[in-house]
Amino acid sequence: MIEQNFHSNTREARRKAAVRTGKPQPLIELRNVVKTYNSLAGSITALHGIDLQVYPGEFLVVTGKSGSGKTTLVNMVTGLDRSTSGEIWVAGSPLHSFSTEKAAKLRGKTMGVVFQSFELLPTLSVLQNVMLPMDFARRYSLREARQRAMRLLEQVDIPEHARKMPTALSGGQQQRLAIARAMANDPAILVADEPTGSLDSATATAVVDIFEDLVRQGHTILLVTHDKDVAKRGSRIVTLADGEVIGVESTALSGDAVSKGREGTNA
Amino acid sequence: MVKMTSRFYSNSLQTTDLKNGPTAGWLVDLQDVVKTYQGTAGTFTALKGVDLQVESGAFVSIIGKSGSGKSTLINVITGIDRPTSGEVIVDGVHIHALNEEQIAVWRGRSIGVIFQFFQLLPTLTAVENILLAMDYGAQHPAAERPERALHLLELVGMVDQAHRLPNSLSGGQQQCVAIARAMANDPVLLTADEPTGNLDSKSAEMVFHLFENLAQAGKTILMVTHDNELATRAQRTIRLADGKIVDEFTNR
Repeated sequence: MIEQNFHSNTREARRKAAVRTGKPQPLIELRNVVKTYNSLAGSITALHGIDLQVYPGEFLVVTGKSGSGKTTLVNMVTGLDRSTSGEIWVAGSPLHSFSTEKAAKLRGKTMGVVFQSFELLPTLSVLQNVMLPMDFARRYSLREARQRAMRLLEQVDIPEHARKMPTALSGGQQQRLAIARAMANDPAILVADEPTGSLDSATATAVVDIFEDLVRQGHTILLVTHDKDVAKRGSRIVTLADGEVIGVESTALSGDAVSKGREGTNA
Repeated sequence: MVKMTSRFYSNSLQTTDLKNGPTAGWLVDLQDVVKTYQGTAGTFTALKGVDLQVESGAFVSIIGKSGSGKSTLINVITGIDRPTSGEVIVDGVHIHALNEEQIAVWRGRSIGVIFQFFQLLPTLTAVENILLAMDYGAQHPAAERPERALHLLELVGMVDQAHRLPNSLSGGQQQCVAIARAMANDPVLLTADEPTGNLDSKSAEMVFHLFENLAQAGKTILMVTHDNELATRAQRTIRLADGKIVDEFTNR
């Protein structure tokens, strides 16, 4: 199990600690993250000082009931929302101090995000949806992008649907497509917010199989779910309640997954 | 703002190349349109021979119970779905005869599509969502797009939210941004499938009012709704039941 108090003040100290303990540096690190929402009805603190690390190659699941702060946590990590206080480091960069624009760049470079309701563009074909992030990132030529998109669709087992529109696909197929899109620019980490929340249980299992395959290939995944059956498939399971971490559990998978983590994650 | 000049979709295809016939003056012309879905549970015919003509500048609402074929009707007009038989002609373009790539280019330039659940990309800001649509449509020079995008946001009352991400906006605000996005390429037709279906009544009124303004400015609008009261505020209402147009009336 990875200690919750693996926590140092400077990056150099963290690096030394990593060398000393033989553990890689976290890809994502949250330090005492607090998020308070102010509304007409008063203020609600969704996160009460969260410390959390996501290491290369792990399949980290954050679970908890509705209202426990899971989605807020994801929004902090992806930079889709800002923390009230605390630090969020992503691939060595201080996301908490970034503007929306800078956060978007960091996200585009390091993360693929998968949402509960897929968030595909209904007016683009399946293949075009996968190519879209590659168009933004400008890492691939049109020809490479098209080939890569087809390979990703093969990986998630829907290559025969490449030319269809998303609405012609089932929910499970749409989420596979969303995973392929999230993988478009070969991100260091995949972040998934309730990716099975709109799917029946058999379809959900098949989608989690895809995440598991990706972990086996060395990818890093942070997955948020309220579903206990989905949660137990992670290599490490963090439980939230009322905006606090109340439990951390490692499963048999974990040591194996972490040791197989990819190099060069400070992309 | 993310720089958005697509290298992948700057298609040289001209929309005028796609026009292949006189249109008898209708902007939208559906002739005996049938749509059958093949499912594991058998076949289901969502549209059973629909004829519909809409003139340019009309504001038409489409009502009917859930499962009556309303969404399918909109989807065959936008080319998101293909008819099993019959003809779909929009602004002189025979949609049913185009291939997928041609449909995508045509749709990006000619139709503004608005959905019940907004379908903004959550990782892009409001103005970036609009720039993305402009990029795909390639109707305006790249240098003019940011200003035009902000102008469209102003039109829908959202210019102050231009640099915010969709999840920090209310549902009504997100739909206003989605309407601005639909207008990105100055389309000949706006389609909206239950645009107020996911909004509280106050936001619904705000969004519907925007459509009324656009109609007054001369935009052609096709709107699916199950809110009969809103439906009667369009110039013309058609009612579908069981895949057929069963009723049609002019309001006011």
